[in-house]
Amino acid sequence: MSSVATAARKRPTPPAIRFAGGVLRLLATVAFTFFGLLLVTFLIGRVVPIDPVLAAVGDRAPAEVYQRVRTELGLDQPLYVQFYRYAMAVLSGDLGRSVLTSNPVLTDIKRFFPATFELATLATLLGVALGIPLGVIAAARQNRAIDQAIRVLGLLGYSVPVFWLGLMGLVLFYVHLDWVAGPGRIDVAYEDLVETRTGVILLDSALAGNWEVFRNAFAHVILPASILGYFSLAYVSRMTRSLMIEQLRQEYVVTARVKGLSEARVIWRHALGNVMVPLITVVALSYANLLEGSVLTETVFAWPGIGQYITNSLLSVDMNAVLGGTIVVGAVFVGLNLFSDLLYRVFDPRVR
Amino acid sequence: MTASLLEIADLRVSFRTSRGISEAVRGVGFTMGREKLGIVGESGSGKSLTGRSILRLLPPGATLRASRLVFDDIDLLAAGAATMRKLRGRRLAMVMQDPKFSLNPVMTVGHQIAEAYLAHQRASASEAREKALAMLEAVRIRDPHRVYDLYPHEVSGGMGQRAMIAMMLAPDPDLLIADEPTSALDVTVQMQVLAILDDLVSERGMGLIFISHDLRLVASFCDRVLVMYGGRVVETIDARRLAEARHPYTRGLLACLPTLEGGEGELATLQRDPAWLAAP
Amino acid sequence: MSEATASREWRAWLTAEAPSSRLHARFVRGYATALIFLRNPLALTGLALVVTLLAVAAAAPLLAHGDPVAQDLSRRLKPPSAAFWFGTDELGRDIYTRILYGARITLGIVSLVVVIVAPIGLLVGCIAGYLGGVADGILMRVTDVFLAFPRLILALAFVAALGPGIENAVIAISLTAWPPYARIARAETIVLRDSDFISAARLLGASPGRIVLLHVMPLCLSSVIVRVTLDMAGIILTAAGLGFLGLGAQPPSPEWGAMISAGRKFILDQWWVAAFPGLAICLVSLGFNLLGDGLRDVLDPKQR
Repeated sequence: MSSVATAARKRPTPPAIRFAGGVLRLLATVAFTFFGLLLVTFLIGRVVPIDPVLAAVGDRAPAEVYQRVRTELGLDQPLYVQFYRYAMAVLSGDLGRSVLTSNPVLTDIKRFFPATFELATLATLLGVALGIPLGVIAAARQNRAIDQAIRVLGLLGYSVPVFWLGLMGLVLFYVHLDWVAGPGRIDVAYEDLVETRTGVILLDSALAGNWEVFRNAFAHVILPASILGYFSLAYVSRMTRSLMIEQLRQEYVVTARVKGLSEARVIWRHALGNVMVPLITVVALSYANLLEGSVLTETVFAWPGIGQYITNSLLSVDMNAVLGGTIVVGAVFVGLNLFSDLLYRVFDPRVR
Repeated sequence: MTASLLEIADLRVSFRTSRGISEAVRGVGFTMGREKLGIVGESGSGKSLTGRSILRLLPPGATLRASRLVFDDIDLLAAGAATMRKLRGRRLAMVMQDPKFSLNPVMTVGHQIAEAYLAHQRASASEAREKALAMLEAVRIRDPHRVYDLYPHEVSGGMGQRAMIAMMLAPDPDLLIADEPTSALDVTVQMQVLAILDDLVSERGMGLIFISHDLRLVASFCDRVLVMYGGRVVETIDARRLAEARHPYTRGLLACLPTLEGGEGELATLQRDPAWLAAP
Repeated sequence: MSEATASREWRAWLTAEAPSSRLHARFVRGYATALIFLRNPLALTGLALVVTLLAVAAAAPLLAHGDPVAQDLSRRLKPPSAAFWFGTDELGRDIYTRILYGARITLGIVSLVVVIVAPIGLLVGCIAGYLGGVADGILMRVTDVFLAFPRLILALAFVAALGPGIENAVIAISLTAWPPYARIARAETIVLRDSDFISAARLLGASPGRIVLLHVMPLCLSSVIVRVTLDMAGIILTAAGLGFLGLGAQPPSPEWGAMISAGRKFILDQWWVAAFPGLAICLVSLGFNLLGDGLRDVLDPKQR
């Protein structure tokens, strides 16, 4: 069996199959990650020092009641059985019931998610719209004053606590300058004036043509979105800068200059074009990071999103709600990673 | 040999390193007309930098000095950025070594050629496309319409290099610098690409600077040969009279080259004399 | 005259192109590295800030204006003045003093996390990289899983379960902070395991454990150090976030995040209660970030 003969017999796998294989591998990784997430949340739920049975029956219940409730809750089963039950429940959408609101956790989360979505999306749009150009400019003028300034601006975004910046922003722009509205999503007077179609007040009011509500909602969202947007900007500009620097070192950039193209075209059309695909990953990851930051921002701005839901549940030790929220945010996190990976594969002509 | 196209005197390119200033090109000078000039040297001899100096596209951190750098009566040293941009592409062009890296990976081959044309010519998109297709034909690519829409990674090395040549010749420049244009190609493809280059350069009456490490290739292809060593030109000679070379480095190079006819036992190796690094 | 020649001799020794011994070579490289670092003004600023943090934490009792937990309701919520540089908080405590002592808490949390996370990450990564195959696959899957978790949220869930407190906060942060180190260590190990000196050690009969611990892990250190410095700011911010939510150090501990939370109620009129702890967090994080950036430029130039 000569190696030459074997090599000649192997036909290269067609690109379509390679692509599908890559996607399947990705999905497997995602499934595995989600499994890990469930496992971790399950374990966290089990380390709670509070005995859930006692919490249900009170500490004066007789032994038989205790045992009965224990069996009902499935706590007498071995750990892996409990986990299996837990995983099945979660996958079917049952995240338990919130102790605070008595609603199923999933219902609560569905109610609060649009607010977080609105905030995170707006913030990402701001961050990307400003962050990419800043990163490109910094790379084009590497090591000069403007580059240092943009880098420090970005580094500050990595150094400043989001909740503190939010507070300072409120003091400056709301209290002293009166440029924006205060905490909360909308003034009480405008609450429920517009029919909830998407859950995103800006969209709903625009769709209904109610511009007064829109303006008020905008006045409320602009400050938290800008604060969160700054963090997105810091990350996006930093990534863009390093990606661009690497591109500007490539030979095709020399070719473009040899052709006599203007510097602007070389940078914005040739170099940036090669950076778009990795930037997609950057944007998706930035969005995911903002979801995290929203936990703290929503507390500061009294924004009725998932972050505040988790925080409130935390303070009342409503473990079902906390863990349910963790699973949902974690799942979105993982989902975003998968999405960005898929986009990368679809758009990069070389990876295809 | 027509009137001089390019005049260079005392060209020096230096870099600032952690150990002081290092001169990579040390007083290179030559004059050329619309001829094929070869520059031969080993790595580190400064030949590539000499080529890039003409276009004033040196890597960051490099300093260029010369007592004379004139292209067709235009002083390249004094030229501002706008003037250089107008010259590049339209009158001066450069083909680089490896099309895998020198072509933009996310633009189609045809589009890059059309762009080279549009950079210096006011034309519509379809006119540019026609010109690009014509150029692809001129470099003997058999199916120009198909290749136009391909990405650089989808074409072979030889085709990519021909596309590169098409791109650089589209605006019809007067001087082409070819920096190791065939070094990344298979030997058989090398000959094809060189033949295309030869024909096009002769047809258009262009000047060509052919930079390479391959002495025999350069000699067979060019009219005159410059041999560089350690940042200096150690010999200038007509290609036909290469066997009469006088500088020991050139003679050493010639002696090292194996020939098909076989030779006298052991192959000679180059004995370097530190005196070659000193100023002539 | 002799001073000039002495310093010239030192310089010659430190920049020698052909060092005379291994120790000499180390000095030569260290000098070159230090020079590049010292030329970077931002990195120097970072270093200065970090050194200041360490000095302040160490010398807190000397620099402070008294007891950080001493209450005096008669002077509550006083604005910054000559007596109280940063003003007083709602219980009349000197904010400046509390910030100084808070530096200790911050440093403590960060050090604990690093001490837990770096060795674990290094070990997991080196083992995975060295053994390869199934062990590598499993370890890396586990690492990826933890890497994909939202750090703050998971820390929240953890602290919610176990109750607030510094120890739980440290564990919670450590849970999600170790994966990047495992990745780095694995990448370096994979490059190293095929090198000749590792093969030589194997031929000499060294056990895999010995090779990993004594030969491979020390070589991964420089990348890990860079990453640690870059991560510090994130750890500080996460810890502050936990403190802000009341899940970190408990009152009356002068933890910076908790101080901001306490100052939130008075933000409208007595802005200084929340402002100064936040500034402290900013400066310290910025210092670590600048330092980390500078270190990375010097030690790992390919990793821009």
